[in-house]
Amino acid sequence: MINSDAKLNSKIFDADVEQRATREGYGEGLLIAGAENPNVVVLSADLTESTRAEAFSKKFPDRFFEMGVAEQNMAAVAAGLGVSGKIPFISSYSTFSPGRNWEQIRTTICYNDSNVKIAAHHAGLMTGPDGATHQNNEDIAIMRVLPNMRVFVPCDALEAKKATIAAAKITGPVFIRFSREKSPIITTEETSFVPGKSILVWKSVKPQVAIIACGFLLHNALKAAAELEKEKIYSLVINMSTIKPLDEKAVVDAAKKCGAVVTVEEHQIYGGLGGAVAEVLARKYPAPMEFIGLQNTFGESGAPKDLVEKYGMGVKDIKEAVEKVLKRKSTE
Amino acid sequence: MIDPIHDKKLKYLEELANKVRQSIIEMLVEAGSGHSAGPLGMADIFTALYFHVLKHNPKKPDWPDRDRLVLSNGHICPVRYAAMAHAGYFPLAELKTLRKINSRLQGHPHRTALPGVETTSGPLGSGLSQAVGMALAAKMDKKKYQTYCIVSDGEHDSGNTWEAVMFAAKYRLNNLTAIMDRNNIQIDGYTEDIMPLESLRKKYESFNWHVLEIDGHSIEQFVDAVNEAHAIYEAPTMIIAHTIPGKGVSFMERDYLWHGKPPTKEQAEAALKELRTLQEKIQSKHK
Repeated sequence: MINSDAKLNSKIFDADVEQRATREGYGEGLLIAGAENPNVVVLSADLTESTRAEAFSKKFPDRFFEMGVAEQNMAAVAAGLGVSGKIPFISSYSTFSPGRNWEQIRTTICYNDSNVKIAAHHAGLMTGPDGATHQNNEDIAIMRVLPNMRVFVPCDALEAKKATIAAAKITGPVFIRFSREKSPIITTEETSFVPGKSILVWKSVKPQVAIIACGFLLHNALKAAAELEKEKIYSLVINMSTIKPLDEKAVVDAAKKCGAVVTVEEHQIYGGLGGAVAEVLARKYPAPMEFIGLQNTFGESGAPKDLVEKYGMGVKDIKEAVEKVLKRKSTE
Repeated sequence: MIDPIHDKKLKYLEELANKVRQSIIEMLVEAGSGHSAGPLGMADIFTALYFHVLKHNPKKPDWPDRDRLVLSNGHICPVRYAAMAHAGYFPLAELKTLRKINSRLQGHPHRTALPGVETTSGPLGSGLSQAVGMALAAKMDKKKYQTYCIVSDGEHDSGNTWEAVMFAAKYRLNNLTAIMDRNNIQIDGYTEDIMPLESLRKKYESFNWHVLEIDGHSIEQFVDAVNEAHAIYEAPTMIIAHTIPGKGVSFMERDYLWHGKPPTKEQAEAALKELRTLQEKIQSKHK
């Protein structure tokens, strides 16, 4: 059942649950962070409206910089601002930033330990009709591996807002991943967001499997958990919105309690959330695992929700992964 | 306004530049790897910067109002380290730790390892962007510090450099002065063979920068150029400094094969001997 301590949206399973894109949370979070701290500045690479940096640009025009289509320059200019007392957020699409400018992020932001926040929009399959060129399903992997970097993947617009505000208060590099498409509001204003802390969103008295999810797919994970419960398969669902630093204790505790783990992410199954969880479990508590995500493939054009189904990240796929991992748990 | 150079000061700076060159040779032979030509070529400008141009305090490298000196082509860091040590940022003896384990003097400069280097650099093309960020922050905060950025000619192959050039002109960063080490060489050969860059002056002018060209071994010309750059109100300035790679060591001068290697022990001895002879020449010139 839903963990009431998480204070989730009561309409979470309703057909008319409110739907908003996580990028909206970025736009709102920027306004709050900008009002709280005059050193917050925003840089945009010709994608101000679609990354929702526009409201900030209008409210704080002196603290907004239009970079043009120049993501490498944007990252390195931000690095210079970040070591000069500013708190720059750089806004673009994930394929371009951190896709195109990875080396500048590595050297001038991470190694240099500059106080820059990378807002990666239109990430993942959910970018839909634009096609695979614009669907970065590799960004968590390339950011997670960088020393000094923190990685947030908010599950809904509210958590995205909280993550944006939290990023401005952290000294050092932060990566936040946002989606273009609307997705269900899972949390409420009261739901906590603490960097590095996961949230148990679904609990059972005797859980057999832990489902660890990030991003909007947390909603599919919760739906799968609810359907499985009806079939007398009991689970935990964890919202792992910080991929780095990973809440290792929560991962290990869940594995100890359940003995089997399924990870769920809109990302390649290599190097993202699943990889991070597997690294921890391999060291601390090996357990059978299954991975929901893109199976070493690029996406394609299509309606976002159809793509999620086609590429194996639907509720049905999560349930199948649970059944598979439970079979392994009983035989291995 | 930076004080114009008088003859006594010029002699002092030229002698110091020669000592910086000797330190570079000593560091490189001890390290057993590193770049020789670029650091020697830029010794006059780095000496002028640290001993005449920059507002800085070696005892307080994080003084908020210090001028920022960004080294984009990080591989010539031996000249920066040598000038910093002579200026009192750290003991001269520490220069011998260049490129060795546990050293603050990384093979390419690292900001959080050595206070005063301002940025981590080495991968070419992104230093000017970082300097732009610092100049922009100064404008926002109405700070008086100047931002200087040393760039190589070879890194103008990189698109990132030109992205920064456009941005600096757009925001009229007149508190930014870039200095190009125009020594005509890069690792694979002569710049105009690898990827023709000329006309660099026309390129920068058409990107709405103020452009000055100087002899990069004339400290007087350099100081005059910096003063002119400060007087330009509406644009950033690029000082194209024509330098001789390997300057001061005749067997290294103008040879691109010296871009990325250190001298052997014998070559270092010959180089130091030649540089010591130059010291006498400087003294007789200023008598």
